[in-house]
Amino acid sequence: MGTTVIMEKAITCYHCGEPCNEDAKRVGEKYFCCDGCQLVFEILQENNLDTYYCLESTPGISFKKKKNSNRFDYLDDSAVIERLVDFRNNGYIAVSFYIPNIHCTSCVWLLENLFKLDSGIINSSVNFLKRELSISLDEQKTTLRSVAELLTSIGYEPELKLEKLDKEKATSPDRRLWLKLGMAGFSFGNIMLFSVPEYLSGFTLSSQGSFHILFGLLNIALSLPVLFFSASDYLKSGWAAVRQGGINLDVPISIGILALFIQSVYEIFTGIGPGYLDSFTGLVFFLLIGRIIQKKTYERLSFDRDYKSYLPISVTTIREDGSERTVSVDKLEKGVRILIRNGELVPADAVMLSETGFVDYSFITGEADPVEMKQGDTVYAGGKLVGPTAELSVVKEVSNSYLTKLWNNAAFDDSSQHLKVSTLADRISPYFTLVVIGIAVVAALMWWPESVEMSLSVFTAVLIIACPCALALSTPFTLGSALNVFSKNGMFIKGTEAIEQLSGITSVVFDKTGTLTEPKRAEILLREGVLSDHELRLVKSACRQSVHPLSQKIADSLDNYGALPVETFEEVVNKGIKATVDGSQIRIGSASFVAESVAGESDVSTGKMANRSGASEVHIVINGEWKGWFKIAGSYRSGVKELLTGFKNRVETYLVSGDNASERSSLSPYFPRDALRFNQTPQQKLEFIKKLQDKGERVVMIGDGLNDAGALQQSDFGIALTDSTSSFTPACDAIMDGAALNRFDTFVDFSQKSMTTIKLSFGLSLMYNIVGLSFAVAGQLTPLLAAILMPLSSISIMIFTTGSTYLTAKRLGLISWK
Amino acid sequence: MEVIFILIGFSLMIALIFLALFFWAVRSGQYDDSYTPSIRILFDNKSSSEEENKSTSKKKA
Repeated sequence: MGTTVIMEKAITCYHCGEPCNEDAKRVGEKYFCCDGCQLVFEILQENNLDTYYCLESTPGISFKKKKNSNRFDYLDDSAVIERLVDFRNNGYIAVSFYIPNIHCTSCVWLLENLFKLDSGIINSSVNFLKRELSISLDEQKTTLRSVAELLTSIGYEPELKLEKLDKEKATSPDRRLWLKLGMAGFSFGNIMLFSVPEYLSGFTLSSQGSFHILFGLLNIALSLPVLFFSASDYLKSGWAAVRQGGINLDVPISIGILALFIQSVYEIFTGIGPGYLDSFTGLVFFLLIGRIIQKKTYERLSFDRDYKSYLPISVTTIREDGSERTVSVDKLEKGVRILIRNGELVPADAVMLSETGFVDYSFITGEADPVEMKQGDTVYAGGKLVGPTAELSVVKEVSNSYLTKLWNNAAFDDSSQHLKVSTLADRISPYFTLVVIGIAVVAALMWWPESVEMSLSVFTAVLIIACPCALALSTPFTLGSALNVFSKNGMFIKGTEAIEQLSGITSVVFDKTGTLTEPKRAEILLREGVLSDHELRLVKSACRQSVHPLSQKIADSLDNYGALPVETFEEVVNKGIKATVDGSQIRIGSASFVAESVAGESDVSTGKMANRSGASEVHIVINGEWKGWFKIAGSYRSGVKELLTGFKNRVETYLVSGDNASERSSLSPYFPRDALRFNQTPQQKLEFIKKLQDKGERVVMIGDGLNDAGALQQSDFGIALTDSTSSFTPACDAIMDGAALNRFDTFVDFSQKSMTTIKLSFGLSLMYNIVGLSFAVAGQLTPLLAAILMPLSSISIMIFTTGSTYLTAKRLGLISWK
Repeated sequence: MEVIFILIGFSLMIALIFLALFFWAVRSGQYDDSYTPSIRILFDNKSSSEEENKSTSKKKA
């Protein structure tokens, strides 16, 4: 007997790897956990696609957790197709779908072999990092709808959100940067080759025929595209800054670039020397490498999502004749009746037409428990329906709903966006530029009595050697490596500038629901009482019938137990359930409700248990005997309490929650006095952040839901917490994996240490500058010296910053070397 | 020594060809997705061998 149990536990689904329970399906040697998995297996086998299972073991997507699948009727609508697809012409469609389920080699293989399942698909290719599938199809042989349905049937449901309708067809801007880098590298390499003879032969080359003229002209020709194409971003940005009366880092860089180029052209044409074109192209080449590293972004993450990427693209409507039809959400009008199923979002503010239903607002308002809605109640957009299918009538269009109004706040307005954060390097640049120009002028004046020509060349030599390429490189290389370290630890930061913001924080504001607590996993504990396995099966069977969210949570937590036949079932609204399961009388619900059926005295019937700490207690009575109660509470993420205790002494910590104050007592030990705020609307959260900022605080906001979106936007550093990076997160500066929250203090340490590294590297580059300047002022700067000194300083800065960043990370335990 | 002029011309031309190839590679999107190709290379080209088998079996038949 015992052995069979172990055997059964070891059986996992051949398709998705989930453990199989007693109702597993069996095909030959293979087991499947559900019909869905078996069906996919059969489809794939029929079409000779079983390589899917050879590339990785159990690559499939479980169908168990799947909600009601979306229906794709609206994809037959030509107007919707036009807006969704990237390209449509003569029955040829190119479209890309975001498919969050793409996760392994087998997925890529299957999706790129889609044409074997549908002959209308001409080509399909996957971008793994973006979780994106690009398909081109022939409309004569298939339709967009049937492709979407095919994808859904094999477990790769495309995620279509409202934003997809408005998205501009983006072109990749990164390509230009690569082209510029390639151009600069090409010129740099060739100019070096043409310059070496000149360096080696000293000035004897000029006496050997016309080589030096040829080399000089070739060098100028090669450096022109570098000046006008590769370096154009720096020149434009520097010029724009000067015109607005400011100086950013690009100004001294542009001065250096222009000084290098003009001096070189002058020297070559007058025959004085070979010029500095190798230093010039090398400088641009190194700068562009820094830029590529800085631009490295996380393709699959999006940091500026709004409600449009949260709302679904379509909804089922009921027409006057009673027939159902899915339409795209932006076409919803006032008075339209819509049908929302379990787990679906309400896309627009609507009035409940069905008798009752539960709406989960945790993402919108932060309320942890689902709210019960009765007929005639208004359900706000963004709420998620829990329980049976409900019918609603739209009262406001999507663009006017409660949810979208939040986005009209000033914090989301780009024009009023607080001034672009200035980086440390940018703040230094004005002083740096003025000092360099000052030295150049003084040096030129000192040489003036001796010779005018010499004085001019000293002037440009100072500008050339002081070009702050090391200054420009240290930030991208340090913070680029820091971004890498952060992402390895589950924190994905928008860009390098954001790390600077993180290092200077003085207060941290937390959201509660979904941030400190884990949204999905409610803590379900059986308190006071023991239930046998059989009794647990009875409870599960009864709870499974109920639509109440608490019952469903209990049923979910008893997933390992099999179900028993339910003979009678009655749900008493707001109280609990009465059921007969397998011959036993069961009551599950509030203390007062179950007490009615208890024979004799017990804690429940005497009222001792009634109304002690809120609604999240569920009592169990089986056959007239009180068996105990379940406590259902949001469970805190692991390590959060240690984090909060540590943070309390370091920075100001606050909690703003949209939920009620029921957990005040359990949270207050971890926060300073008066730091807890409950029942906060999204607007109040935003204003709270603003108030802190007015007091001069630099605020980090850590939240997860749309109700935090305003606060995240307003804060100096907004972190959106999520349990899977493919799910929706509001606009923010960083996306953090929920499991990484307990190491947040180490992250702050690391960002501060990274800034120290940058400052040290500034000191290093200053040393190079002083050495170089002493040559320049003395009139001794030769092209050979510049060609050695400039790359040397650039490369040593790159090595120093990257190396010390990784060393710091290792010391803080953020990375380990094997 | 004048032969060096020709050699320099040739060397530049070859370098320019490589630059053009790089531009083509970037423009054709090879730098857009640097990860998925590393997965794709793992796939056996089973489909073509299958087709071969089919065609040979047809011949036999």
